[in-house]
Amino acid sequence: MFGSNLLANLEETVAIILFGIGFTTLLFNRNIIKKIIGFNIMDSSVFFFLASMGYIDNRVAPIIIGGNTSAELYINPIPSGLVLTGIVVSVSVTAMMLALSIRLYQRYHSLNMDEIYMFAQEEDL
Amino acid sequence: MKKKNKPSRLGALLRAWLLGDLEVYDVVFNREEPPLERERVVVPDPHLENFNPRNALELRAFFKAYNVIGVVVCVVMILTLLVTVSWLPRIGGNYNPTVNEVSERYIENGMAETGAVNVVAGMILDYRAFDTFGESCVLFSAVCCVFILLKNAYGREDDRVYEPKNDVILQRVATVLIPFIMVFGVYIMFNGHLSAGGGFAGGAVLGAGMILYLLAFGFAKSSRFLNEKVINCIVCTALTFYCLIKSYSFFTGANHLHSIISPGTPGDLISSGLILPLNIAVGFVVACTMYSFFAIFRKGGY
Repeated sequence: MFGSNLLANLEETVAIILFGIGFTTLLFNRNIIKKIIGFNIMDSSVFFFLASMGYIDNRVAPIIIGGNTSAELYINPIPSGLVLTGIVVSVSVTAMMLALSIRLYQRYHSLNMDEIYMFAQEEDL
Repeated sequence: MKKKNKPSRLGALLRAWLLGDLEVYDVVFNREEPPLERERVVVPDPHLENFNPRNALELRAFFKAYNVIGVVVCVVMILTLLVTVSWLPRIGGNYNPTVNEVSERYIENGMAETGAVNVVAGMILDYRAFDTFGESCVLFSAVCCVFILLKNAYGREDDRVYEPKNDVILQRVATVLIPFIMVFGVYIMFNGHLSAGGGFAGGAVLGAGMILYLLAFGFAKSSRFLNEKVINCIVCTALTFYCLIKSYSFFTGANHLHSIISPGTPGDLISSGLILPLNIAVGFVVACTMYSFFAIFRKGGY
């Protein structure tokens, strides 16, 4: 079932395990702030995964040295650009979620998902 | 007998219509609305009220099932992903770029076509500039959403009361550090096409410097040059500038049409066409976004 590259791809394995930790946090914690933390762990693991996908042994970052534009010298620049996009979106989404949870706490005086859901049901919203 | 202080309805209507005297009209027709009072949500104790043993049993069964199914879902997902990773090609293999021809094209022709020494900067601000414009807009709309959500959220509570007035250590350290932080941020922003960095990183450093200033010297000083209006002006100007300049470039530079803005000599500070101004615009957007996130999340706003 498992291929031969599980340990050779150590960075990717670690990224997947981080992703699992984040997902489990998202699923099993009832506290909204902890859910947001789990979401951020998932984000970071995806960035780690992308960054390690772009790496190539014995090559340098894609900043051209001495006008030498041979593709054999530099690592893959595309995952770096993707990570940049991801970071921006992650920051925005995190701020948005935190603002929403502040409003929820002000209305229901609780950060527990179940309690908030119960109060909302009693309000017939 | 008519009461003097309460005229008749017809009189009130006439007076409101002819003279614009709305006060009498409001008194007569009871248009005065009672001041809005937020109803406090009654929070019942879930353990005492509405306690139904059957419901409790169902709830317990539900949570048990939720836990079991959740564990199964998590384990299956992680295992699937791990198996996928174990079949992926080895990290750092030399053959990775041969699978991906786009990156080869970017590295080999990027510097000649965009004039940027940093291939990533050339990629995100020239080949994929529209994508970066979308990112800046995402940041801007996130600030707008947070502002809408938190503008009136705190009522009269204000964090400014608790600000330290004369924190000597913090203020001295900030006085020494902030110029260096700002200069470093501007350096990263302006050298985005020459070395590692760019608008996003430089803007984040600038925003951190501004937040440090705010923490050390308080709102009274920082709002003299950075209030809501100034930040909105800067962000909107930067985004409009980006949009205009890049849509212009789509007409001239895309599809290998001739661009009148020359890439310049790669390696010079003022080179690589539009990448430097775009980096600066993005940097301003990011710095203002960071600062306004911090300012909005405090009680009392900007």
